[in-house]
Amino acid sequence: MVPSAFDFHRAGSVDEAIELLGRLPDAKLLAGGHSLIPMMKLRLAQPGAVIDIGRIQELSGVCRDGDVVSVGALTRHGEIAASEELRASCPLLAEAAGKIGDPAVRNRGTLGGNIAHADPASDLPAVLIAVGAVVHLAGPEGRRQVAARDFFVDLLTTALDPAEVITRVDFPVAAPGTGQAYLKHEHPASGYAVVGAAASVTLSGGRCTAASLAFNGISAVPHAADEVVSGLVGGTLDDASLASVSSLLSVRDPLGDVHASGEYRVELARVYGRRALASARDRASG
Amino acid sequence: MTRNRVIGTSVKRREDPDLITGRGRYTDDLTRPGMLHLAIVRSPYAHAVVGRIDATRALEVPGVVAVYTAADLEASGIPGVVPTAWLLPDLKTPPHPLLAKDRVRYVGDGVALVVADSRYSARDGADLVEVDYEPLQGVSNPRKATEAGAPQLFDEAPGNIAFDWELGDAEATDRAFEGAATVAKVALRNNRLIPHAVEPRAALAEWDRSAGSVTIHMTSQNPHVHRLLMSLASLGLPEHKIRIVAPEVGGGFGSKIHHYPDEALAAWCAMQLDRPVKWTATRSETNMTDAHGRDHVTEAEIALDEDGRIVGLRANTWAAMGAYLSTFAPAVPTYLHGTLLSGQYAIPAIHVHVFGVFTSTTPVDAYRGAGRPEATYIVERLLDRAADETGLDAAEIRRRNFVPPDAFPFQTQVALAYDSGNYAPALDRALEMAGYDDLLAEQSRRRADGDGPLLGVGLSSYIEACGIAPSQVVGSLGAQAGLWESAKIRVHPTGSVTVYTGSSAHGQGHETTFSQIVAEKLGLDVDQVDVVHGDTREVQFGMGTYGSRSAAVGGSAIVTGLDKVIAKGRRIAAHMLEAATEDVVFEDGAFQVKGVPDRAKAWGEVVLAAYLAHDLPEEMEPGLEATSFYNPSNFTYPFGTHVAVVEIDRETGVVRLVRYVAVDDVGNVINPMIVDGQIHGGIAQGVGQALWEEAVYDDDGQLLTGTMLDYALPRAHNLPSYELDRTVTPCPHNPLGVKGVGEAGAIASPAAVVNAVVDALFHLGVRHLDMPLTPEKVWRAMKEGGRS
Amino acid sequence: MSYHVQLEVNGRRHEREVEPRMLLVHFLREELGLTGTNVGCETSLCGACTVLVDGAAVKSCTQLAVQADGASITTIEGLATNGELHALQQAFWDLHGLQCGYCTPGMILAAADLLERNPDPDDGEIREALKGNVCRCTGYHNIVRAVRRAAEGGAA
Repeated sequence: MVPSAFDFHRAGSVDEAIELLGRLPDAKLLAGGHSLIPMMKLRLAQPGAVIDIGRIQELSGVCRDGDVVSVGALTRHGEIAASEELRASCPLLAEAAGKIGDPAVRNRGTLGGNIAHADPASDLPAVLIAVGAVVHLAGPEGRRQVAARDFFVDLLTTALDPAEVITRVDFPVAAPGTGQAYLKHEHPASGYAVVGAAASVTLSGGRCTAASLAFNGISAVPHAADEVVSGLVGGTLDDASLASVSSLLSVRDPLGDVHASGEYRVELARVYGRRALASARDRASG
Repeated sequence: MTRNRVIGTSVKRREDPDLITGRGRYTDDLTRPGMLHLAIVRSPYAHAVVGRIDATRALEVPGVVAVYTAADLEASGIPGVVPTAWLLPDLKTPPHPLLAKDRVRYVGDGVALVVADSRYSARDGADLVEVDYEPLQGVSNPRKATEAGAPQLFDEAPGNIAFDWELGDAEATDRAFEGAATVAKVALRNNRLIPHAVEPRAALAEWDRSAGSVTIHMTSQNPHVHRLLMSLASLGLPEHKIRIVAPEVGGGFGSKIHHYPDEALAAWCAMQLDRPVKWTATRSETNMTDAHGRDHVTEAEIALDEDGRIVGLRANTWAAMGAYLSTFAPAVPTYLHGTLLSGQYAIPAIHVHVFGVFTSTTPVDAYRGAGRPEATYIVERLLDRAADETGLDAAEIRRRNFVPPDAFPFQTQVALAYDSGNYAPALDRALEMAGYDDLLAEQSRRRADGDGPLLGVGLSSYIEACGIAPSQVVGSLGAQAGLWESAKIRVHPTGSVTVYTGSSAHGQGHETTFSQIVAEKLGLDVDQVDVVHGDTREVQFGMGTYGSRSAAVGGSAIVTGLDKVIAKGRRIAAHMLEAATEDVVFEDGAFQVKGVPDRAKAWGEVVLAAYLAHDLPEEMEPGLEATSFYNPSNFTYPFGTHVAVVEIDRETGVVRLVRYVAVDDVGNVINPMIVDGQIHGGIAQGVGQALWEEAVYDDDGQLLTGTMLDYALPRAHNLPSYELDRTVTPCPHNPLGVKGVGEAGAIASPAAVVNAVVDALFHLGVRHLDMPLTPEKVWRAMKEGGRS
Repeated sequence: MSYHVQLEVNGRRHEREVEPRMLLVHFLREELGLTGTNVGCETSLCGACTVLVDGAAVKSCTQLAVQADGASITTIEGLATNGELHALQQAFWDLHGLQCGYCTPGMILAAADLLERNPDPDDGEIREALKGNVCRCTGYHNIVRAVRRAAEGGAA
């Protein structure tokens, strides 16, 4: 399959991208292309114009500033997975990025493109939620920040305005004593997440001081499983307590399809959630 | 000097240097000046009445040259259909037109053609052809399609039944069940598969107006069969005015045997427009139009006496034909399936009843194994079910029922006569390699301790009938073709050889294997032998590559051709040596007087003499060349035992294939490296069927898994490396003693894997699960146990 | 609308005017005649079209030619140097790592990308690295062996 025809524009800067978005009707931003081009080839997307933002230098790279590590929207999954900085400061993100697709997909796909597409079976959205990331947007009205929990609005829908560009995502640097883990039940055909569990826990003196858990794949937007982890703070995160809280997972209208029903996805999420928390705990203690 | 043997050695493939450097030329790689591109407008409905087709907007697309519909085809006066080539008694054969006219019957049925000057414009045009459809109810399940009230696809096939076929002795089988000590049953679905050769189908057609002939480069496993069917049924051109060339072909697995509308349509467009026309399927297009495989619904049972010996077996199968009868479709669930239901076992009474059923889905036809994997799956699931019911070990019940080695040739109750076999050694070797007893002990330990993933061990002792096939036999069974093979041996004046074979390779390495046969027989280096295949202008008629037949039938044709060449050489040598022909033997590359090594003429001397023709025996024609048509006297019967070892996550139901042991007996082996490679690939395809693959249709006939996003193929990270060995029981009735290897892995492995998974879950009460064994299915079975 | 692109393929510079929607794989195959790069799907999942763009494995069916403007590309035709096969090509040949050959160029380039990042992968790492490349013929067994052999011979 081949895309239908479109006008092509290359933006040299964020401001130029915003200007083009404002001027061209029916335009789409093109970064790595791994969400957009397949849609265009299947003609599920037929934009009149494509704005290539792939060469905007300021949108790429990993940069730590104190307690925050910023990842540019154009940073590729492979770079994220291999980044020493991220493996130290936000290992959950690096681990999840390393489980996206396959190496060739990770060589092209970008953080911004991934979250802008907001595919519920994608690997990164739950990570953003689990660690409390902040998405930075730029538009004709200026720049703004959206918390990850507010960014994912619905199936394939985000808080991103059509006139805006994602510039970067800020991730809090993991506190000392933090362990994180991303576990994925991979779709055997597409490689996407049937269920992806992103967990982060912080231990101090053997006691949990913070815990978070979020899931890809089970609902239209990533599921922040506060109902599971809220009771963990103060505890020791022993296997019994993790098993006990994992059953508290509650998902309204779970996604289901020919490959995995909603009921099964929720069950998988309970198992993977517990295992991700246990793995995060072990890493925190280790 | 005795030469090293060439047969039996892993000669590196001569095909590879081009393929690893990008120099291989597949159909879509070819271009011609002035070439146009064809895109086919296909039905999005499984079943609908076709109304008005409006090409106005499509014709406005820059680059679009023409839009055609069924009316244009009809007006051109061509026969315009795609026939089936296997006629069963009372088979319903409603016509399959090249383009649907009044009605479409599956998602993908072609309705219009758009020809343009580029691939992109053709696609743009196809999107803008407006077709009015009046949707009708579709039906995808072959059993449901026969029920009262199901949508009827053809007036001439009431109840959607294409054929109703039986084999075996029903009464004797009933009696066997009545007197049985144990009866075990299974109701199963053999899941529908999409072949997925990585190269989609394609064709490049060129019309030579002055000669009135068309040349079609296409993705074909059997160019001559395609030419014949194109000539007789589709284009109406005389056979000698059609040239079909299969350049490099990127896998087939059966899907490129069959004659489809699309390649003929490309040819028709080239003829209309007097320009070269190329059609290349997209992946989703090839997935919705390549004939699918399997899709059986079966109820089967097995009867045993108190000693665990099988006394009877019966099976009722509803086999989907899809929307139209594909080329060999009627043969697959009948003569390639019902006849294999004796497996490796001495079964005194067998009866099988098969309904071939039209469904509003992609046509179904031969796919790697074709009928034999379905039969093996039934038999080997039943053997495990019988082990369940009798309490016998899975290996023991098989061993107890094997046809004993002194019983060959063995006449089964379902028509076939097994020529040779020795089944227990393959089973024993496979168990030894797997460490069967240790695995079972570990399984018990894990069950008792409740830790670690569940462990399952599955056996599959398979038989296949391949080397397809004796022409007289298949003719009496309805084949509209003989299934012999041809070879022409052209010896050049300086002694090197070109072989023209009707076996058209698409990845099997025929050029290497066949050159080994010639080199061995003539005492030449393999480099002195060229092998030509896949071009109807170069090669005399040939039947093609499928059914694991190339070595057994195509290779044997080469041997009999070589025998003719050698016989003539002996006469010439005898003349040169002033000896009697019967005293001259051909050994180690020389013709010599028996027992007198000094009186000899080298191969090259004799060949040159044949071409110089200065002094040949009286009335002998000059030259050295022979054509041979080899008609096998029987099928060949490869066999073996495979062992699958699986682990199952107790919480998620995820199955991991951790080991796979295969001991196969494919008779003599010409190139061990190539033979092992065939086994590897077959195993992966069968494991894919067992664990991941399924063409899922909704009840109305919409294909839900038509792209690689949804249809799960075996991938490197989901498979282990395989552990292989073999036994060798030569085929007694062909000159090479070979049996064929292309399908063995795919025939054996689905049953091995399913048996392993059911074995892992046995203590939970699970007795059967349908393929593919998706995590959710296994999870539900673990939850529900015997209630599933 | 056409767009000017200029890129280096297998060490040679090429300039063309292309439609923006032209996929890189079609640019390579149809504009440059480099037909070693194959197309096997439309969803970035078969890997037959894998090439190296600026040294990294990329599915050329999921990149527009205009996106590759200015890039340096290696296709299967450019892997051998001075007529000498790359260690991966040699190992695929020696160990029967291919049958029909259609997936082979993409498979070899995906393996080259792996060995660039990880010169000494174990079987598990090889299998993970090739998960985006479908082979329907070999069952992957000999492909894995071939990549390991190439690594042992120092293919990177």
